[in-house]
Amino acid sequence: MAVTLDQTIAQKQHTFLSRLFSSQTFWVVIAVILACIFLSFATDAFATSKNLYNITRNITFVAIVALGMTFVIITGGIDLSVGSVLCLCSMVLAVTMHAGYSIEIGILATIATALVIGAFNGILIAYLGFPPFVVTLGMLSIARSLAMVASNNTVVFQFGPDHNKLLALGGGAWLFGIANPVLYMIILALITGFILRWTKFGRHIFAIGGNEHAATLTGVPVRQIKVAVYMISALSAGIAGIIETGWLGAVTTNLGNGMELQVIAATVIGGANLAGGVGTAFGAIVGAALIEVIRNSLGLLGINAFWQGTFIGGAILLAVLFDRIRNFRRSD
Amino acid sequence: MAVLELTNISKHFGAIQAVNDVSLSIEPGQVVGLMGDNGAGKSTLVKMIAGNFRPSHGTMRMDDKELILHKPVEARQHGIEIVHQDLALCNNLTAAANVYLGRELRRGVGPFRILDYAAMYKRAGQIFAELKSETRPRDLVKQMSGGQRQAVAIARTMLSQAKIVLMDEPTAAISVRQVAEVLNLIRHLRDQGIAVVLISHRMPDVFDVADRVIVMRRGRKVADKAIASSSPEEVTGLITGAIEQVA
Repeated sequence: MAVTLDQTIAQKQHTFLSRLFSSQTFWVVIAVILACIFLSFATDAFATSKNLYNITRNITFVAIVALGMTFVIITGGIDLSVGSVLCLCSMVLAVTMHAGYSIEIGILATIATALVIGAFNGILIAYLGFPPFVVTLGMLSIARSLAMVASNNTVVFQFGPDHNKLLALGGGAWLFGIANPVLYMIILALITGFILRWTKFGRHIFAIGGNEHAATLTGVPVRQIKVAVYMISALSAGIAGIIETGWLGAVTTNLGNGMELQVIAATVIGGANLAGGVGTAFGAIVGAALIEVIRNSLGLLGINAFWQGTFIGGAILLAVLFDRIRNFRRSD
Repeated sequence: MAVLELTNISKHFGAIQAVNDVSLSIEPGQVVGLMGDNGAGKSTLVKMIAGNFRPSHGTMRMDDKELILHKPVEARQHGIEIVHQDLALCNNLTAAANVYLGRELRRGVGPFRILDYAAMYKRAGQIFAELKSETRPRDLVKQMSGGQRQAVAIARTMLSQAKIVLMDEPTAAISVRQVAEVLNLIRHLRDQGIAVVLISHRMPDVFDVADRVIVMRRGRKVADKAIASSSPEEVTGLITGAIEQVA
């Protein structure tokens, strides 16, 4: 039977399963599940509700920032400033509330700070052509220093009249005993996934990462979108900062130190490509989960904590190795 | 009636005279081969039609109305579409996503408008069928052959009612079989009454598909004649300057 042109055009080359098996995120999910099963049998402490509560909550801070970072990485950029921005935002919240302002004003000031920093990064990168690496490296230094200036390098642990509200916001468990940060993470992940898949903005982010020149030629507002993604990244750091402040109940100026590397690791493990054009919200969460499960398990298995970096680094390389193997096969 | 008419168009960049006093007219459904050596002014001429540059002198008229373009988007609004030499495709997106890049279809109301995947796949599939190209709208462009990539780039020009399609070296750097595919795509555009300006270095392609050939040398138009009354030898002579000019 002859195959007509229309049949060829209508054919779907990839079934749901073939797409699933070829995605890096899927294999990382499998790795997380296997690790969890193994740990449940190997240790008594893993599968307890207290430990699972801790793990899920610990995932959230890296995961929320990783969601914002995903936007940046899909455009082919990078944001090294997120750890410092998180610290500065926490400090702005702490200092504002400590001075006697309400939690609403504190949060507004924090979000405004994040957006201004993101816009500053974005404008330098999109309109003045600075390399993202350099701009955000500069901001890494600036934001942490500003956090020290704002607090005079002290620990803030009293948050004025709304002290308890803030602690409940970050430390509570309002729904089915799930830690609040986890709920925020799930909501933010759903929003991120929706934007990436269903909006014109999301489509354009992928286009910029795939071929920026082509995006420009076809009339995509490349510069505005680039500014927006750095604002989103900083905003996610700000939101994580608010939640982490509420959870910890204190802010120090070394909060979020080195966090940018964990966040980037989470997105890369979850399948985002640093060259741009690839990445998902779910991947960012799964990547963060794998890192946390590794950390948690080393502790439970009684392995010296100094080995943590080796295992996490190994996970990054392994995740990307799978991707390379798939690409080698394709190019053959 | 000419769809596009250029009268005494010149363009200089400082002291460099890139295009010098060129007049030409293009009819609907006509394929015009634009030939010339590197630096002959073809690209500059095309960029003026595409809205990238404004002419220093002279006027452009489209459908008997004066045409003034400030940027490429305006050219597109007037029905002038360009297929760029590098095709301007995003490898990480599907064929349909590339066709609709920058003019995505959406459904819903107000701020709650989401991408209409079904409609974009459907329309892109129809265009590929019209182009008689075996290109699947859901496939990633990364996995496509040179001919299919051309089809995707050309399909873009068919989304709106294009009047003129400018193609910059569409047959450079692809295989012989794919060249035949691309020339067929050009014929399909022509059959729909679209004027095609084919910028090419490849003599056989121009003589295969074009109705008319325009030759430029050092910023001037040195020939503008029907393909049937010319020959590759003559055109080569005109490009190199061995033949000064023909009427």
